[in-house]
Amino acid sequence: MSVRTEEMVLNMGPQHPSTHGVLRLELTLDGEIITKVVPHIGYLHRCFEKHCEVMTYPQIIPYTDRMDYLAAMGNEFGYVIAVEKLLGIQVPERVEYIRVIMAELQRIASHLVAIGTYGADIGAFTPFLYCFRDRERILNLFEITCGARLLYNYIWIGGLSHDLHPDFIRLTKEFIREFKPNLKELNNLLTFNKIFIDRTANVGILPLETAINFGITGPMLRASGLKWDLRKDDTYSVYNKFDFNIPVGDGRMGTVGDSWDRYFVRVLEMEESLKIIEQAIEQIPDGDVTAAIPKRIKPPVGHIYSRVENPRGELGYFIISDGSTSPFRVKVRAPSFVNLQIMDELCRGHLVADVIAILGSVDIVLGEVDR
Amino acid sequence: MKSLEEIVEILKNNLPDVVLEAHSEIKFEPFILIPSDKIDKVCLFLRDNPELYFDSLVNLSAVDDFNGQKIKDEQGNEIMTGGTMSVYYHLESIKFRHKLLLKVTTERDDPIVNSVVTVWNSANWHEREAFDLFGIKFNNHPDLRRILMPYDWEFGHPLRKDYQNPEFYQGMKVPY
Repeated sequence: MSVRTEEMVLNMGPQHPSTHGVLRLELTLDGEIITKVVPHIGYLHRCFEKHCEVMTYPQIIPYTDRMDYLAAMGNEFGYVIAVEKLLGIQVPERVEYIRVIMAELQRIASHLVAIGTYGADIGAFTPFLYCFRDRERILNLFEITCGARLLYNYIWIGGLSHDLHPDFIRLTKEFIREFKPNLKELNNLLTFNKIFIDRTANVGILPLETAINFGITGPMLRASGLKWDLRKDDTYSVYNKFDFNIPVGDGRMGTVGDSWDRYFVRVLEMEESLKIIEQAIEQIPDGDVTAAIPKRIKPPVGHIYSRVENPRGELGYFIISDGSTSPFRVKVRAPSFVNLQIMDELCRGHLVADVIAILGSVDIVLGEVDR
Repeated sequence: MKSLEEIVEILKNNLPDVVLEAHSEIKFEPFILIPSDKIDKVCLFLRDNPELYFDSLVNLSAVDDFNGQKIKDEQGNEIMTGGTMSVYYHLESIKFRHKLLLKVTTERDDPIVNSVVTVWNSANWHEREAFDLFGIKFNNHPDLRRILMPYDWEFGHPLRKDYQNPEFYQGMKVPY
């Protein structure tokens, strides 16, 4: 006599601590093995693209902050670059340097959240507190710069809202000096922890061809072994003036492109960001950060796709201008939105507990997925 | 690195039955206009051709061109008939480092475009989003459902320029 078996459908989310927001995963299970994952998104849809069509170009900047709310500086940066290309304006060097410093500080802050919450998802709660302690210092730096800790409205079209605080350089140097040993500490605490490696190595392996076909970008793509970073490969702003490496996954603990690689690429990227900030602080020129801000923003008719490397991958803005003061259409190519599609591919054949390890390593921000 | 002219030349030589037009008069980004029922064929060729090898679909965006005729409906709301919708495809070859923009236009009243999911999986959610927010139907799409709006949303496609807010949604007043 054979035992009748049936597939079971299990809902994970929309309110679940490890989905990092309001995401519902519909899991189809055969015993404890996953046969299918269907993500349901849209719980946080705020009609960003529709809003853009009735607002002027500068008014959109605060809304871009609220997409990837863990990397608001990066969102502003990408949007502002796109509009500047439409307008054809050059910004002063000092502005570019400050933007790069802010974007890289934001990358560290964002990766710290990704790493900290990833540890917490898997059961290591202590590293989470260590990560947030360091992130707090970056947020303090942002606070003295523009008054806001999370949603800045700092990078403006043609310039910045404020120049650096007189103490900014000193405090940033102090932060870098004290953060470097903390990174080593984090590696001892989490990265090379036996339990952590057992949970993440060889879990959710993403082969490179699949990654490219699914449009995966950012740390996820690099973890699969491709040296592809828009800061180098489609360079923007002043990134070509700095010397830094692009870390890629090497399968040190298991297979290339597994969850541990995705995690470790983020750790290595923080070190590279520190290098960029150190160089930028040394080279930063003098100048007026508000000098090039145009009075009237009215781009000519045309369309442009402009992209930057955000902590989660390629953030692209496709803007169509009809010659008026507000855009005709703005489409955001959000990295989390595209990266989340791969869940079904990665989870199939794994256990339920691995879904959490995989989702954490994909590192999504639902504000950006749903826009 | 191939220029737009070279890519058009290769396409014309290999796909003689597809009518393409290269446009470079619009500012910033030149593009190739492709008939909406041939886009999947062209994309497959672009991906598999060893000289071009566009292995990555970077972005897919739909646009309501809003260029038809404005008329009033029974309630006196201004709506549009005729005109076109467009879909833009940003392609990139990671191997050869070249980029390409394709454009497809379709009837606004009954927008149908062939799906490219079989070519690039990344098109899946982008096309669902275009269907959800613009109502563009993608032929041969494996799973064409709403994605950002609720599944039971029955008041049309919000990113169309003549979209009207419903008065009530599930008994709740919408303009609160």
